[in-house]
Amino acid sequence: MKAQIRKIATFVEETHREADRAIDPPTRKAAAVAVIANPFAGTYTEDLTELISIGEELGQLLAERAVAALGIDPARVESYGKAAAVGEDGELEHAAAILHPRLGAPFRKVLGKGAALIPSSKKRGGLGAVVDIPLGHKDAAFVRSHFDAMQVQINDAPRAGEILVAVAVTDSGRPLPRVGGLTKDEIKGEDGLR
Amino acid sequence: MPEIVVRKRLFCVEEIYHEGGPPPAKPYRRAAALAVIHNPFTGRHVPEIAFLMDALKPLGIEMASRLADLLGGAAMIQGYGKGAIVGARGEVEHGALWHVPGGYAMREVLGGAKAIVPSAKKVGPPGARLDVPITHIDASYVRSHFDAMEVGASDAPASDEILLALVMTDGPRIHARVGGLAANEIKGEDGLR
Repeated sequence: MKAQIRKIATFVEETHREADRAIDPPTRKAAAVAVIANPFAGTYTEDLTELISIGEELGQLLAERAVAALGIDPARVESYGKAAAVGEDGELEHAAAILHPRLGAPFRKVLGKGAALIPSSKKRGGLGAVVDIPLGHKDAAFVRSHFDAMQVQINDAPRAGEILVAVAVTDSGRPLPRVGGLTKDEIKGEDGLR
Repeated sequence: MPEIVVRKRLFCVEEIYHEGGPPPAKPYRRAAALAVIHNPFTGRHVPEIAFLMDALKPLGIEMASRLADLLGGAAMIQGYGKGAIVGARGEVEHGALWHVPGGYAMREVLGGAKAIVPSAKKVGPPGARLDVPITHIDASYVRSHFDAMEVGASDAPASDEILLALVMTDGPRIHARVGGLAANEIKGEDGLR
């Protein structure tokens, strides 16, 4: 393993009621978050290959953890997202190196599918930084009922020389979706958009 | 019996591999189970509230069981704690309703833990964070097991809700080294030593 992991946290959130109505079955989201050492903290390094490889490794590890936390068959995952928060001695580009080049392929492999772009967010932040992981349907980005986000935070991370890396998966969309748009029953699933 | 209305449940497991020192053979794990319930006593002073404690017992048992499962079963559990955040239109006394059912549930699930379950409570807004204190399940003075876990939910508690929390751990702090009573020195008679 290339990543030096200090901590892994998993979060599960179930919504049983919204607007005083029962949500049955509840909508469920899960996130897996790793706190890793930033190999480039405090330096400017042109070649970010090492972080790109770490992203690939975490794509599989965190996807497996998040799906396991949800306790479902990976094929039943409906939406996904990813995010990173870089500690103060790192740069935003370090988050980009982890998230964008190679994290997606192993993440999709765990799920068996995933035609859509994996929505993402990134920031630099201190201990307890609040990270909102954007969510979108995994096979068709335009499915309006599944646009959402999941908030995660870890009180002691990221330290200055660390990066917090998160992925989220769901088995559902928002609790009471009613703003129209493409529905999940209408997905063609060819271009990742519709 | 009044119905307990649950809006949301949250679970969090933290695996801590190291904190700058030599990683121990197995990571230290902390887990939290949260339930966001409707507070039936908001907006007015209700003199008799204690009856809600019995109604909370099944929820407590369910949360404690799920929590123990998240850490590999009751036999793995070494530390525990509990807490509550009461929404803005409630009073801190409503959080105190969790002492009996929360503590009872964890003892029940863990098969007779002896130490008092440490707790924290407060009134707070949605997104408020609570540091839930943690001590050893059989002897409060075990110094290596004093800890806390921060919990919270972005949209809870609403002003008419209570966020209830239970926390369990499976070992000492990650690089515990400040002496005091050790876990292998527990007499286990009075819940303290």
